Amino acid sequence: MRNLLSAVSGGLFGLGLLISGMTDTAKVQGWLDLFGDWDPTLAFVLGGAILPMLLAWRIAARRKVSVTGDAFPIMPQHVIDGRLLAGSALFGAGWALAGFCPGPALASITWGGLGGLTFLLAMIGGMIVSSLAGKRRLAAA
Amino acid sequence: MSLSSIPSDWLFGLAGGLVIGLSAAILLLGNARILGASGILGSVVEGSEPDAATERLWFLGALIGAPAVAVLIFGAPSTNVSGDLPLLALAGVLVGVGTRLANGCTSGHGVCGMSRFSTRSIASTLVYLAVGFAVMFAARHVLGVL
Repeated sequence: MRNLLSAVSGGLFGLGLLISGMTDTAKVQGWLDLFGDWDPTLAFVLGGAILPMLLAWRIAARRKVSVTGDAFPIMPQHVIDGRLLAGSALFGAGWALAGFCPGPALASITWGGLGGLTFLLAMIGGMIVSSLAGKRRLAAA
Repeated sequence: MSLSSIPSDWLFGLAGGLVIGLSAAILLLGNARILGASGILGSVVEGSEPDAATERLWFLGALIGAPAVAVLIFGAPSTNVSGDLPLLALAGVLVGVGTRLANGCTSGHGVCGMSRFSTRSIASTLVYLAVGFAVMFAARHVLGVL
């Protein structure tokens, strides 16, 4: 059941990214180009995606457990630390330079050519580096 | 104002966005999981939480497979991805490191976190948007590399 729900969710997520135009790096970069030929499409995508989730969080608050019987994820501690801010800044820079964030980079990998593959492999490399650095920090502490 | 006077890209954006939100709602209400693309990929790559690896692989397989089938039927739209491979590699590393440090990206923080009014997610989203606007301005209008 968990695997089926995961697959349904992943498949819809990929189709949503494709339909919304977010696998087109020019549209994402057009959104970020505030001072150029600005493209507001991304605001419609984000707004459209938040609507079902507003409802889903309300349902989650009432039901306590998921369909599979698991407790819903607790709200993270309200700590805004340097790690969150620095990570978000690095992500924003890379997002602008390529026009890809992780979801669309994965969704379009079968037709994104060498450029898409280069970005995805570098992103996975960055995740591995980040993980190794985190383990060293833990070991040192 | 008639529907036809709204740019079709905006309508496709809204429709696709609703599908993205539905997919995140299914993962939350179904499996009690946050739909965060960087978190799901990152934990598979790191090998953390091995118990959840199988369902995450199902998610990633469908995330790649479903649009792959759709483009086989309807044709592939261009990703318009840059031909500058070193630039893409740099961008990929920044996104990989940044999303793991921040524990989320556009889907995890932007969609799932903001919709529950998480202050961390709202802060993260404001920062990556602001830096994205600034880097885009610098790269396109000052340095001319994009």
